[in-house]
Amino acid sequence: MKISSSPHIRDKETTTNIMGKVIVALCPAAIFGIYNFGIRALIIYIITILSCVAFEALFQKLIGARITVRDLSAALTGLLLAMNLPPNVPYWIPVIGSFFAIIIVKQLFGGLGQNFMNPALGARCFLLISFTGIMTSFSYDAVTMATPLAELKAGESVDVLSMFFGNIPGTIGETSAFALIIGGVFLAFLGIINYRIPVFYIGSFSVFILIYAVASGRGFDVNYLLAHLSGGGLMLGAFFMATDYVTSPITPVGKIIFGVLLGFLTFLFRIFGGSAEGVSYAIIIGNLLVPLIERVTVPKSFGKGAVKHES
Amino acid sequence: MGLLTFMGGIHPYDGKDISKDKAIVDYLPKGECVYPLSQHIGAPAVPVVKKGDKVLVGQKIAEAGGFVSANIHSGVSGTVKNIEPRMTVAGTKVNSIIIDNDGLFEEVDFSANIKPLEGLYREDVKEAVKEAGIVGMGGAGFPAHVKLSPKNEDDIDTIIVNGAECEPYLTSDYRRMLETPNKVIAGLQIVVNLFDNAKGIIAIEDNKPEAIKLLKELTEGIENITVNAVKTKYPQGAERQLIYANTGREINSSMLPADAGCIVHNVDTIVAIYNALVEGRPLYERIVTVTGDAVTDTANFRVRIGTNIKELIDEVGGFNIEDPGKIISGGPMMGKALFTLDAPIVKGSSALLCFREDVVADIEPSNCIRCGRCVEVCPGRVMPNRLADMAEHGDIDAFLAADGMECCECGCCSYVCPAKRHLTQMISSTRKQILANRKR
Repeated sequence: MKISSSPHIRDKETTTNIMGKVIVALCPAAIFGIYNFGIRALIIYIITILSCVAFEALFQKLIGARITVRDLSAALTGLLLAMNLPPNVPYWIPVIGSFFAIIIVKQLFGGLGQNFMNPALGARCFLLISFTGIMTSFSYDAVTMATPLAELKAGESVDVLSMFFGNIPGTIGETSAFALIIGGVFLAFLGIINYRIPVFYIGSFSVFILIYAVASGRGFDVNYLLAHLSGGGLMLGAFFMATDYVTSPITPVGKIIFGVLLGFLTFLFRIFGGSAEGVSYAIIIGNLLVPLIERVTVPKSFGKGAVKHES
Repeated sequence: MGLLTFMGGIHPYDGKDISKDKAIVDYLPKGECVYPLSQHIGAPAVPVVKKGDKVLVGQKIAEAGGFVSANIHSGVSGTVKNIEPRMTVAGTKVNSIIIDNDGLFEEVDFSANIKPLEGLYREDVKEAVKEAGIVGMGGAGFPAHVKLSPKNEDDIDTIIVNGAECEPYLTSDYRRMLETPNKVIAGLQIVVNLFDNAKGIIAIEDNKPEAIKLLKELTEGIENITVNAVKTKYPQGAERQLIYANTGREINSSMLPADAGCIVHNVDTIVAIYNALVEGRPLYERIVTVTGDAVTDTANFRVRIGTNIKELIDEVGGFNIEDPGKIISGGPMMGKALFTLDAPIVKGSSALLCFREDVVADIEPSNCIRCGRCVEVCPGRVMPNRLADMAEHGDIDAFLAADGMECCECGCCSYVCPAKRHLTQMISSTRKQILANRKR
């Protein structure tokens, strides 16, 4: 007979299960990446995932901590980072990115659950700043070309349909909005992610874009909006990066504020920023504000301020 | 209109099927009976018998040690063997009266206690409830007569019979409602009549449609009693959540149900009140569900308080496994794990739940991933993940500021945590520490 404090039963959901489901949900977009960019994409996936897992195990071994790579969180970070890399990067880029994601962003701050920004995005932004040329050169069918989002920013016309399905240049895993939405809806359906962040992120971003379109004389341009929604890393960011448990608010109201904030920042960076893309920076800046958002959105406890009933 | 309910909560596997169709069976103890002097909230009772005294079934053997305390009556006839500390289901030794059971079950003359209900003064009713030693039988053990004596009598407008039985595996209240529904209704009438402005509600989770149907039929035409189906969701039967579901009124941990104009009694408590008033019988027996996958058979027993737990396990044919993983007194969410079967059934023992395997004791908790599931399910709407951190760091001030005392220790947060952290345990030990310091 064993003794322990109540409750004596537990739900079957575990950290490993959750990470596994997120990986499964990423598969449509990840596999599309291989289809779209060829074998190089697959090699980058393998290098990134293996180096993330290896760095985590190595670090934990070094400091004498329990090795927790079986929880799949390092593998997930690796997959996400790979999906955020251009397909033509040299093979040492994913290794450096994995080191930054796992060691600098995650482990040095205490490991799983303690990092203050999304490791994969932190690493992407680090790589963008350090190796700008490599990270912003997008090759498609062996030809280096601009992403549709960059063309859009330059005022050129783009094909919204191919942007939606993903037959365009971009980072390995971000191009197919369609595949990402399938994965995102799957996660929401399983209850792994809450609808609030993606809905308020994409919703508020749309509103800001439409206001800008009208104000800048384009008029109520739905095509322009759809191009912005399908292009860049918005869908990958909204469904898979902004919803990262560790770096998003826990409180229901906080999730809404966070979503709207990301929508605004993404709009700001994409329209007024130097580069065409703004999702990564929007999310990591949002990550930094999470403690503040949570602080002001603590739910009111049950019965707080209740008054005595009188008949 | 949707079903009556509250915010938060969980839907664990309910396990009631294996015992819900077992009719209540009387079980008479064979061996000695043990009566801990403290089986209620409040001061321990004071023995009124001494070693060697002869006692009868229903005889008072210990007297309330204050207003918030309760009398204790013997469930067997025999001789007082000793008064000594004995192990209880709570895992501590409590001074107890030991009675050598003579197996004759000679009763005191209960008819002498019966007074005609008509013309009975309200104070007489409360006195009878107090004399019968009735306490909350859902587990908390709060003396019933104290609940019946709120300061704001005129503000009491709702008496709720708690038939939610939201703990998985438990079926004792369900069987009570099915088999003696008239006692439940009449008991509720007695309590409703204590207050000028009160009406009665029998609240039952909608996973017990037979009980809802039966009680609705029987209360048809009774104007001041309604039967409410409440949503099946744990912890629907938690007092504050049940009041909210039925009246929309919220109270916090420093308030009493009476502050929401409510008095809540468990089904078995209401039946005990009926027995005391109408049959003159004090509280000396209760319904106990013996269930789980580790026992040969399951049962709902009507058991004499004081009966040794081992006897009940033997009565259902013992364990079907050499070394059962865990034996729990009460339900799986809030019950207490036992390390010995040599302890007595007390007034608050609703079940003996026996698991072949324990899924909790050997769990290795991992880091919080901030998934927010605990916040989502918390019926107290506090943030268990943060409270647990504060508890771990011993940061009492932060714990209080984050409304840590509003936790009702229902266990929902620990249940859902994917990192398998012992949130409830961390929070409840800090709450106990704070409460202990306040008393000092």
